[in-house]
Amino acid sequence: MVKEKAVQKLKERFADKIINWKDRSAKRIYVDVRPDDIPEMVKFLFKDLKARFITASGVDTPRGIEILYHFSFDERGLVFSLRTTIAKPEPKIESITSIIKGAEWIEREIWELLGVKFKNHPNLKRLLMAEDWPEGVYPLRRE
Amino acid sequence: MTKIIPIGPYHPLQEEPEFFQLHVEGERVIDLDINIGYNHRGIEKLAESKSWDQVVFLVERICGICSTSHPMASVNAMEDLGNIEVPERALYIRSVICELERIHSHLLWLGLAGHFLGYNTVWMWAWKYREPVLDIFERVTGNRQSYAMMKVGGVRRDIEDEDIPWMMKTVQELIPAIDMFMGAFMDDPVLHARLKGVGVLTKKDIHDYGAAGPTARASGVPIDVRKDEPYAAYDRIDWDLITREDGDVFAKVVVRILEIQESIKIIKQCLRKMPKGEIDAKVKELPPGEGIGRAEAPRGEVYHYIRCDGANFPVRYKVRAPSYMNVPTNKTAVVGETISDATIILAAVDPCYCCTERIAVLDKRTDKRIMNGQDLVRLSQEKTEKIRQKMGVKLQKGSDLFGKDGS
Repeated sequence: MVKEKAVQKLKERFADKIINWKDRSAKRIYVDVRPDDIPEMVKFLFKDLKARFITASGVDTPRGIEILYHFSFDERGLVFSLRTTIAKPEPKIESITSIIKGAEWIEREIWELLGVKFKNHPNLKRLLMAEDWPEGVYPLRRE
Repeated sequence: MTKIIPIGPYHPLQEEPEFFQLHVEGERVIDLDINIGYNHRGIEKLAESKSWDQVVFLVERICGICSTSHPMASVNAMEDLGNIEVPERALYIRSVICELERIHSHLLWLGLAGHFLGYNTVWMWAWKYREPVLDIFERVTGNRQSYAMMKVGGVRRDIEDEDIPWMMKTVQELIPAIDMFMGAFMDDPVLHARLKGVGVLTKKDIHDYGAAGPTARASGVPIDVRKDEPYAAYDRIDWDLITREDGDVFAKVVVRILEIQESIKIIKQCLRKMPKGEIDAKVKELPPGEGIGRAEAPRGEVYHYIRCDGANFPVRYKVRAPSYMNVPTNKTAVVGETISDATIILAAVDPCYCCTERIAVLDKRTDKRIMNGQDLVRLSQEKTEKIRQKMGVKLQKGSDLFGKDGS
């Protein structure tokens, strides 16, 4: 079991916002939250707990687009993944780029590959796909 | 008035397609646009149509330089998913392969950095000493690049006992060469003048951008997956984490050179301590669920996230290469510096675009003035020469390691 102070702090502070908490192993924690709670939790993890932002990953599921925000507590070798599911057909979520500069590219990537619109993103334009790729076609969608 | 100088996307001097736009006012860089995507191959999508065993080969094609880092992270992810125990001998072999790769990758970078600075002898010498490392790869794995050594539950080939003394001798012979590079860098007043205080990244910059690897460690951020979450045999070996506080290009050079020495230390210990036995846990299938695998590539942390529904292929395969986080730091590092320093600053994170996925200098007064990558390297080399003349440092032709013309 993970008894790390930082993680405990998070657990206590956001007790009413955490839908599911899973200690998969001593080095892996997955936590489910609602999309609206993401900016606040990300801010707490990044600014207060000084967790390192690794990346975000998106996956298309029958319930909606699932996004995982992966953080690392390097001194403990712990990966903390914050999971949220956004409803289709027009998935939208608040951008975290204003909190973490390093999230700009990955949000652009998820937008072009999975069609998730990041609200208030400073520069939501194509990153990887070709310029002539058709609008509204998302390669990682399963439909 | 702002000028914009474009560099790329395609130029014989660049290793890979890349496109930077340097916004300049006079000599000063005031902004930077980075355009990537010229190399996007859809590997994550492709992975969804491959079996778990094939995925390891697929991800090995992500990068041609640090080719084993992605398979390493990939098998770590699968082993995390399936809670798989890997035979001890395989763990040591994994570390040997990963460290040999770090040596050849850092030497490759050192050579390029030398070239950008007008030290073409460094370029030739660094690449010369890289060759014996590739010879080891050829003998042990059958390939000089893309070694296909990693597999879930172990490694694909054993290291033969009769090869070990030769491998030991080959890495041992690298030590004086690396010492020579270190001495040459530390003793050269021109390089101090050229690289110190240039392209500085602070600890806060590293945290904001999520930068990793030597880029982070040169700014005093002691992160390294090999120490933080040890995989392969790194927790069974005595080695040091290299950090420097300055955050400039000079610190990045020093960190990389010292890391080569550490890699040699690791390889020698692994070859000595490697136990006899099995090299493969013979994994048949993976359970449904999620897995996260990390590995410390020469450029920093490689991160793989996988999801399995119990079938023999991934539902989702997410890859995050270190350059994806390191390249955006250029925006902070290069702004405020001169055009002649831009090349070495942009090169200092050791960018890898086939992993992440491009330079331009723009002129807003007279529309556009185009300056290409070759012009920038020439500018950079000329600056070194000017500093050299100003300092009165003379080159001794033939005997000086850092002869300008490579003689």
